[in-house]
Amino acid sequence: METDQCTLYYKSKTVNSALSRTEWIQLKEVLSFHDWKLVTLALPKSCHLSSHQITVSSSHICRLYDRFHALDKDDKGSLNRSDFQNISELAVNPLGDRIINAFFPDGMDLIDFNSFVRILARFRPVDQNPKKEPNAPEPINSRVNKLKFAFQLYDQDKDGKISKSELLQVLRMMVGVQVTEEQLESITDRTIQEADLDGDDAISFEEFKKSLDKVDIEHKMSIRFLR
Amino acid sequence: MYSVHEESPAVLTTDVFFLYLLPPIVLDAGYFMPTRLFFENCGTVLWFSVVGTLWNSIGIGISLFGICQIEAFGIQDINLQENLLFGTIISTVDPVAVLAVFEEININEQLYIVVFGESLYNDAITVALYSLFKYISQMDQVDSIDIFLGTADFFVVGFGGIMFGLLFGFVAAFTTRFTANTRELEPVFVFMYSYLAYLLAELFSLSSIMAIVTCALTMKYYVEENVSQRSCTTIRHFLKMWSSVSETLIFFFLGVTTVTSKHEWNWAYIGFTLIFCIVWRGLGVLVLAQIINNFRTIPFTFKDQFSMAYGGLRGAICFSLAFLLPDTFPRRNLFTTAAVAVIIFTVFIQGITIRPLIDYLNVRRTNRKLMTINVEIHSRAMEHTIAGIEDLCGQWSHYYWKDKFKKINDRFLRKVLIKDNRPQSSIVSLYKKLELQNALVLLDSNGGISGAPSLTSLQEQKPTKRETFLPEEVWSMQELLSKNMYKIRERTLTYTRHSLPNETRTKEILLRRHSTIRKSMRKAGTWQTPAAAKYYSLPPTVQNLQPRLRLRKYSLTGDDDGDDDIASEINFPPARPRLQLRAKEPRRALQPPRNKLETVNEVRTDSRRTPMVDYENRGGSAMSENSKGRGTGTKRALTPMRQFGLFNEQGLKNKEKEDQMEMEEFRQEALLAAISEKDANIALLELSSSKKKKTQDEVTSLKREKDRLVQQLKQQTQNRMKLMADNYEDDHLKSHSDQTNHKPSPDQIIPPLLDLNQNRSKLKLYIGHLTALCQDRDPKILQGIAPPTSYHHDDRAAWEEELQKMSLEQLEAELEKCEKESAELQEYANTVLQQIADHCPDILEQVVNALEESS
Repeated sequence: METDQCTLYYKSKTVNSALSRTEWIQLKEVLSFHDWKLVTLALPKSCHLSSHQITVSSSHICRLYDRFHALDKDDKGSLNRSDFQNISELAVNPLGDRIINAFFPDGMDLIDFNSFVRILARFRPVDQNPKKEPNAPEPINSRVNKLKFAFQLYDQDKDGKISKSELLQVLRMMVGVQVTEEQLESITDRTIQEADLDGDDAISFEEFKKSLDKVDIEHKMSIRFLR
Repeated sequence: MYSVHEESPAVLTTDVFFLYLLPPIVLDAGYFMPTRLFFENCGTVLWFSVVGTLWNSIGIGISLFGICQIEAFGIQDINLQENLLFGTIISTVDPVAVLAVFEEININEQLYIVVFGESLYNDAITVALYSLFKYISQMDQVDSIDIFLGTADFFVVGFGGIMFGLLFGFVAAFTTRFTANTRELEPVFVFMYSYLAYLLAELFSLSSIMAIVTCALTMKYYVEENVSQRSCTTIRHFLKMWSSVSETLIFFFLGVTTVTSKHEWNWAYIGFTLIFCIVWRGLGVLVLAQIINNFRTIPFTFKDQFSMAYGGLRGAICFSLAFLLPDTFPRRNLFTTAAVAVIIFTVFIQGITIRPLIDYLNVRRTNRKLMTINVEIHSRAMEHTIAGIEDLCGQWSHYYWKDKFKKINDRFLRKVLIKDNRPQSSIVSLYKKLELQNALVLLDSNGGISGAPSLTSLQEQKPTKRETFLPEEVWSMQELLSKNMYKIRERTLTYTRHSLPNETRTKEILLRRHSTIRKSMRKAGTWQTPAAAKYYSLPPTVQNLQPRLRLRKYSLTGDDDGDDDIASEINFPPARPRLQLRAKEPRRALQPPRNKLETVNEVRTDSRRTPMVDYENRGGSAMSENSKGRGTGTKRALTPMRQFGLFNEQGLKNKEKEDQMEMEEFRQEALLAAISEKDANIALLELSSSKKKKTQDEVTSLKREKDRLVQQLKQQTQNRMKLMADNYEDDHLKSHSDQTNHKPSPDQIIPPLLDLNQNRSKLKLYIGHLTALCQDRDPKILQGIAPPTSYHHDDRAAWEEELQKMSLEQLEAELEKCEKESAELQEYANTVLQQIADHCPDILEQVVNALEESS
């Protein structure tokens, strides 16, 4: 199933339309063929499969879709870097570049709606009481995945480690000009020392995870309105 | 005092206040209102200012009326209407005091704008309510129809004011379209039209405050594009000054009145007023925030609500309204006294304690002591990320109207209100652009704002020292971090009462990003010093190779080689600076003739020159003077070497080759620099946000130029690689031809063979890098091309051993084979490079880096 069809489908099923069971199954097929995660983003609570009538609140998907198209300046059906860079708020975000890069893995130049949503799906708040499904795969908005996103913002050379220079770069981006390079360096040293457990002068993902053990990542890395 | 006939100086009359003191304050607020922010939070602002003010006024009024019923306090004569009037007066939150406090406590911009908008609009609402209640309180009988009329009136007054404001805003904008010849009058138009809106609204008994605020809001956008930079500055500064003067005067009167006027002190009434003020505001914020949170993208936290409730300081307007009650009003003195008491309590007690309280809340919530530096840094990074993602998703629902307005604005309003050809006013934007660029240059030259640490600085770092940090040090680090890390969402210029908006932080980030972009683009540029030196004086391999080569040559031509070592010693270090000087010429030549940005490039070229000069100083003191006479640098640098008289033809040829190689290298470098330059400019233009057609044209032309440069770079890389190989090949060929004349001995063949082999292995290494890169990127690139067979076998040690045993013929055959293999390898590398250039030119730079590494 092509993206266009999918998005068309979201489009036609605008806010809070009620679907019959067969329709729901159709939709599910269409979507699951493509990517089931998309639906979990769109249908947080309202999809009660037990009832006969299913209300689909696809408003979030629709909104994201609208936003996607608003960002897509020349209607090419996908976004490139400069579309992202044109968001003025993002331009003045200290980590703006890194965030944009995170949307373009492996030298990709374009991102379609589907991947766009899939990346954003990481920032959904975690469900309070997740359904017990024994062999369900780890949800994309899990703590680990959220952490991974943060980690890859640091890890530019993708070697699975935050080296000293990588950390220093990020720090330099985030800290005002008043702080001198030496101060930053000693802070970096200290930071690495603090987190580094195996003594390789770099922070691996495990170490990263461990150092943020006490932090409420689920809360911090979630956007409320994507619920 | 003789001149004022010993009268009290505190003569604040209604006229003076409303006609002269109030307008500047609200005009200032309206003009400097952060528009985008305001409209994004428009609903919340209106909710708090309208409903909140009504809630407070009625709540306080009725509860005070309840207090008045208690006989013991002796204030039964105050009726309900009067209490409501007083409630209205006392519930006005003052923007001045509140914002001053809020600036102190670093709150987020959402909260800031809500409180700012609230205090601005409740001015308007209080004044409307005030006249309503004042009217009612003077009537003996109140019918329900009166209340209904009053409410209707309330809306008519508000919307009428807005209409007037819009009208005059547009008129002002339209007028400034034609003031190109009378720049001096531009500020006057702005002030006069706003004042006119204010007076006319007053005349029609509409809300004059709404009128002037709307007027300022409307015209600001257009006026600032129309007027000259100077007028713009004048307007801004004059507004700020004027409003400050007004405020100061009002507080003056407040002080004087506190001392001079007749007070009527009633413990019960004043005490209960204070309590009700705090209680009703607290309740109001709590309830209203709960309701509005359901509709907000970013809800108010408890801390926000606390700041809002506790930050409800009363100020000038409250005082003026109380003071301006008619003399005939019963209990006027009591009201004035109560108002003054509340103002003094809120401003002094609450104003002073709010900061420690907020700090306490902060500390309790985050408990910094327990936080490690890791947590601190990573949390902030994550906050930035989330903020970024939020911006990316767009905050819901505002965007529809924003887009609609933008469309209308672009299609109609701008056309009518803004000058068509704006040679002068575009100076504003150009000025901004240039300012940015100047800062960029500054950045490049001395790192006024240093970007991400350059590769060089990282390379120079000593191997990490494992020193332990004292707890105090860690603590101070945390302090430093928490103070200096950018707060999230601090990005728009917020309104401050007494200073013009400043954008330093935003600028800082933008500048840094540009410099990082440039640096990363110029990653190759950083090899200027270390990497290039690595190539030419490659300590372990090339350096002991070079004398050997020469040794052979000299022996062949029968020259005395006694001073050779000295020559090579002199040769190597200065080779850098001399050629670096030359490198600038191609770089300059590469600068395509261009528009206004050129000057900046020019300056930047200079700034880049600085480190080179440094290097030259280090390279050889004899050479340092030469750096000044740039044009003749090359020649003069050569003279000291000539003195040794060692340079026979071949030596010079060798020299030439080296020169050529370096030329190639620097041409490449220059190309890279030029490309990064282009990128920076493109980024700059794109980010300078003007969507004008001209800018976009500029961007496209820049992009085209960049593409051309990339093409050149590709060419250059190929050339250089070829040269690299040729260099050694030439040596070999020469010796080969020599060998036909003289009978060569195996000893003479082996060294060039070794060289060739070394060269070959270098090529292999290089190809390895290339293919690895391609595999990373897209395996398809390598489809259909296979490496030559020689690429795979590599057993150097054994080969060298064998070489020693070989006969002369075998050696010569080996030599030929090596040559052939080299050629094959080179051919292959070229093909790969071509493929890369065809499929994904963007990794060309990586290729260049790979080239560096392999050499």
